[in-house]
Amino acid sequence: MNTKKTVTINGKQVEFGQERNLLEVIRKAGIDIPTFCYHSELSIYGACRLCLVHVEGRGVMAACSTVPAEGMVIQTDTEEIRNMRKISIELLLANHSVECPTCPRSSNCALQNIAHRLGVNTVRFKKLQDYQSVDRSSPSLERDPNKCVLCGDCVRVCREIQGIGAIDFAHRGSHAKVVPAFDSSLGQVECVNCGQCAAVCPTGAIVPKQEQNRVWDALYDKSKTVVVQIAPAVRVALGEYFGATNGANVAGKLVAALKLMGFQHVYDTSFSADMTIFEEATELINRITTGGRLPMFTSCCPAWVKYVEIYYPELIGNLSSCRSPQAMFGSVAKDILPEQLGVKREDMTVVSIMPCTAKKFEAQLPKYRTDGQPEVDVVVTTGEIRQMIDSCGIKLDELEPEAFDMPMGFATGGGVIFGASGGVMEAALRFAAEKLSGKPLASVDFKQVRGMDSLKEAELEIGGKELRVAVVHGLANAKKLITDLLAGKVQYDFVEVMACPGGCISGGGQPLGVTNKIREIRQKGLYAADKTHQVQKPQDNYLVTRCYEEHLGGCPGSPKAHHMLHTIYQNRSQLFDAKIPVMRGTTAQRLPITVTICTKQETCPGQLLLGMIASYVKQKGYTDRIDLDAAFSSRDAEDGTICVTVGDQIVERTKFTNATNTMEQLQNQAAFKTITAAIDSGYKTVTADAQMT
Amino acid sequence: MQETIEKTKAMVKHLGAVNVILKKNNNDPSRLIPILQEVQEVYKYLSKDVISYVATSLDIPVAHVYGVATFYAHFSLSPKGKHIVRLCDGTACHVKKSHDLLDCVCKKLALTEEKKTTDDLMFTLEQVSCLGACGLAPVIVIDDIVHGQATPAQVEELLDGIIAREKSEAQAAQ
Repeated sequence: MNTKKTVTINGKQVEFGQERNLLEVIRKAGIDIPTFCYHSELSIYGACRLCLVHVEGRGVMAACSTVPAEGMVIQTDTEEIRNMRKISIELLLANHSVECPTCPRSSNCALQNIAHRLGVNTVRFKKLQDYQSVDRSSPSLERDPNKCVLCGDCVRVCREIQGIGAIDFAHRGSHAKVVPAFDSSLGQVECVNCGQCAAVCPTGAIVPKQEQNRVWDALYDKSKTVVVQIAPAVRVALGEYFGATNGANVAGKLVAALKLMGFQHVYDTSFSADMTIFEEATELINRITTGGRLPMFTSCCPAWVKYVEIYYPELIGNLSSCRSPQAMFGSVAKDILPEQLGVKREDMTVVSIMPCTAKKFEAQLPKYRTDGQPEVDVVVTTGEIRQMIDSCGIKLDELEPEAFDMPMGFATGGGVIFGASGGVMEAALRFAAEKLSGKPLASVDFKQVRGMDSLKEAELEIGGKELRVAVVHGLANAKKLITDLLAGKVQYDFVEVMACPGGCISGGGQPLGVTNKIREIRQKGLYAADKTHQVQKPQDNYLVTRCYEEHLGGCPGSPKAHHMLHTIYQNRSQLFDAKIPVMRGTTAQRLPITVTICTKQETCPGQLLLGMIASYVKQKGYTDRIDLDAAFSSRDAEDGTICVTVGDQIVERTKFTNATNTMEQLQNQAAFKTITAAIDSGYKTVTADAQMT
Repeated sequence: MQETIEKTKAMVKHLGAVNVILKKNNNDPSRLIPILQEVQEVYKYLSKDVISYVATSLDIPVAHVYGVATFYAHFSLSPKGKHIVRLCDGTACHVKKSHDLLDCVCKKLALTEEKKTTDDLMFTLEQVSCLGACGLAPVIVIDDIVHGQATPAQVEELLDGIIAREKSEAQAAQ
């Protein structure tokens, strides 16, 4: 006897099982009803009203929020439903900023596609909404509220997958809009630039910042030598745009295309990924053998790094101090390539092709500038490079693959799998296992850390040492892990975090329409690429080794390597707490100083400390170049923990245990001297900067 | 330095009151609306600082709290006057010429369609859709006291009374 439950869809019997709603049952039956606000990985919202179906005996209802029941008789297309869908689209189009030909999402826009599919060929309604200015404040993303259809996909992905909630609905009725807190701009709030909002946005309301023109400018400038690095994840996704099978590795074809477009030298970010492993695994081994701070977190993902800087500044010390592979590439390329290529440093432009929008943010950080010039000049996403290739009329699929240029184009499989969640971990384990045991590794595969599980854990015995590792992707998963870690429920030595689900392969700059199935296919593409490389272990990258010998002080961890390949982080935690200005300088270049005061303790010594800093600044005559703020936090911290930041620098959380400390006692603490020293040097820097400009 | 300490002390005290409200509500994010209501009761409006502070304390996104605060007409994001004048413009009151009362209040307090609070932060005018006292139309509520079948002359008298009282209190304080 057949125990399977069935529904009738358009007169046809369809079986269903664990589907969470009618929409999934209907789509499984091969009927693709249009939706804006439905994503299988997000909560059900039921706002767009496009997935309407007629259920016999119940009337018209939204399929996404209806649970299938045995014997339901469903019509997915009636005159009434068709008209309702068309009217919804017509109303959306009436207020939509219809600049389709010039929109970055043109031909890849759900609103455009659905309007076309449903045969909406006229819009009878007038535009009612006033023009809202486009938010270009973020270095990574552009937000055009005039194109928003209020489906809330971005709101839910940010809150549910990333655990952040940088944007949300505000206001009501016809005034409703999706905005950051206080209608401020994206660049000012807790956005970590991952771009997952842009990846789920059905229209062009949120798109990666388009920077193709900056690359064209460099390519057409005869005085510039343009070199480019390609991130691992780009090669297994770009092909989707050009009819390649999903997950196919098109690195060689991309190299050929870039050469045709005028890029002089094409390199592989996997090279600097190998270098990252040299540094990061060495750092891990050092931390383990010398009793350093554990667990160590990976620092390859700039969205994750910013997340820690905002939400867990107390864990900044747990982040590996290694730069990301992109930043390492920029630093090394600008240092060694000018001599090798016979060009001046200032005449070399470094372009990055990244699957990621956060890399745009990373590249523009002041800490990655030398003499005022960025180390990576422009970052374009996979989507942007596709547009550039198209604009040249290059048929990527028909090109003969070409090889990367040497030396920075040579990579091991370990550097290539960086693009998949678990890849950095696996590459680091390949390195650490050999270094710690002193024996060659029998198998280079660490399959425990691969795949799409939200948390991947492994306990490994390496060189007689027990190593507990964990891999998470999606920042909401990272938050869960950190919460457990801080509560002492779990213990790890090494944790890999990637902000985007599945890792960089589904970054905010990748081809759209990603599902878990596509993520798995792209991941498999990278693991297949791993096997086709001549070497798998990062430590076997002889060109990285040579680079260390010739340019980086001989070995990982050397002072030169530390200078070029490591970085410092910034405490961004007070960004969103209550803040009051205490002093304001008058000149253009100023040094920001922030003192966080705990509001849970009425006599927090931070108040006194703030006063002391203020009088120190006055006494030294620094007032014209200093901004002093008091920030207030209710965060549960150890009693009397004050956080002082001077410029980019965190002057370690200063612990004053006794609330009744006198000024003398405070002054005698070493911490106060650190603070004043930081102020002195910060003041010197801004003064020097001011004189330079 | 003394000034700095005074400034921060005031802020800590200011936020301390929010702490009490948060604690009373067990720092429960699902009690966000009652928390905001109580906070608004203390400060008359929801400032940026307070919204950020409530959000970080409850470990929920600031944008979410902002969304709730802007959704409900009850919450105000700009400072309100000491005295709140709520004028009903529901159907019954409208028919009974609530507009005359509106004109009277606006003229008396130099308020407009856009400007709802007096410069001295003494009065705020709120127009509401219905106060549920249609039998008494037109209705005006001044500082929670309901005045039914109000006339412009009566409203002017009431406002004059408040202004005079405030003046004498200010003089007494000096």
